[in-house]
Amino acid sequence: MKPPPFTYHAPRDLRAALDLLAEVDGKVLAGGQSLIPLLNMRLAAPAHVVDVNRLPGLSGIEAGPGGVTVGALARQAEVARAGVHPLLGQALRLVAHPVIRNRGTVVGSLVHADPAAELPAVLAVLGGSVRLARRAPGGSGEPAVREVAADAFFAGPLESAAEPGELAVSAFFPALPPRSGSAFEEVARRHGDYALAGVCAVVTLDEDLHVAAARVACVGVGPVPVVADVSEVCGRRPAATVPWEAVTEAVRRAVEPEDDIHASAAYRLHLVGVLAERALREAAARAAAPP
Amino acid sequence: MEHEITLVVNGTARRARVPGRRLLSDCLRHDLGLTGTHVGCEHGVCGCCTVLLDGEPVRSCLTLAVTVDGREITTVEGLAGPDGLSPVQRAFEECHALQCGFCTPGFLCTVTALLRDNPAPAEDEVLEGISGNLCRCTGYQNIVKAVHRAADLLAEERRSSAGRPPSAGEPPRDGKPPGDGEPPRAGEGPRAGEAS
Repeated sequence: MKPPPFTYHAPRDLRAALDLLAEVDGKVLAGGQSLIPLLNMRLAAPAHVVDVNRLPGLSGIEAGPGGVTVGALARQAEVARAGVHPLLGQALRLVAHPVIRNRGTVVGSLVHADPAAELPAVLAVLGGSVRLARRAPGGSGEPAVREVAADAFFAGPLESAAEPGELAVSAFFPALPPRSGSAFEEVARRHGDYALAGVCAVVTLDEDLHVAAARVACVGVGPVPVVADVSEVCGRRPAATVPWEAVTEAVRRAVEPEDDIHASAAYRLHLVGVLAERALREAAARAAAPP
Repeated sequence: MEHEITLVVNGTARRARVPGRRLLSDCLRHDLGLTGTHVGCEHGVCGCCTVLLDGEPVRSCLTLAVTVDGREITTVEGLAGPDGLSPVQRAFEECHALQCGFCTPGFLCTVTALLRDNPAPAEDEVLEGISGNLCRCTGYQNIVKAVHRAADLLAEERRSSAGRPPSAGEPPRDGKPPGDGEPPRAGEGPRAGEAS
């Protein structure tokens, strides 16, 4: 239950970090709240660990009119305290425990890409993106940067689009449109555990407070967060008259949960419908009566 | 390859030579001889190894010692002041909030930070605050009682220190846990995990 031996690197600037990542087969260490358990349990044995905690300029949490950019070293607790995005706040309350969130990073959780984790679903339902940097081709000059949209970023269970040599430097979470509300509902076996199933929802109302758009992202019921647009099923009507049975059925059709020791596929399918209705109703209520 | 690191532990600078893979929990216990920090699960579930890193509670078993080179660590050994047990420790003693005591160092560190940030937590805030610490004796009821009692003791301490002029006999104590007994730091919103 100790990490296997590795060569430890603590680069002091981004360029040195990208050089290292280009040259060695290194695992990136930020908050370590996913990586170090994997090391301790000997589920991962990287030859090199590249600790990015000393890189300057990656701790930012910048809220603009279009959304929030979260730097690779912004801790989950800091992002929650900053109160920069309602859905991020709702999701972060469900991420592990307060003490874990003091170290864990938002971007690290995205790159870890656990299919039951909350933050990937938030990025997915909002249509956000992750910025990846690598050493400039040829080795000199500004780093090469690419922006990967959420629907392309989550490739499979514990698998993101970040390639060897790339470092996720920030993530962008688009702001909610006007007259929008969000909610995150999940069921976990114990408080702070990964969810058996979870649903986050964003609902946008029009000027008559009829549903204009409704989207959910589901966790724990597929290899990646499953996004379902249920705007049409909801229809342009007040939330109170939305045909909820049809909506939950549409969400259930979008997911393919699996059995494991914690819950059967059928139970997860049941949960995802119940949670989707709950989250959508809540999001619609918040959209109608902003806090 | 070994790394030379310096940690400021309970107010004292301590040096150690550690391999990259040394966990902070093992560094504290084996390299620095501070065995008050307990190691339970070593994957972040039980909370026994919780210490304060620059005042914030973290899992020392999920932190590499080299990563926190140069930072301040407060362990359970650093919670008591020169006058004896801290209010949180006194409350745990009074309320019988420990049975075998294995989980206690983690609870004490967690609760010290919890009450600094939220001096009068509601019941659900206490439950959320200690939700990441497991007690295998399942003595949670008394632990929850102790958190409320500690909040009262800290409030009494604040009232009595506010009511008298600072005396020359009470210099600031080095190595006392950040914010212990002080009002919450200005500008800090609710902690993650609290109901908003």
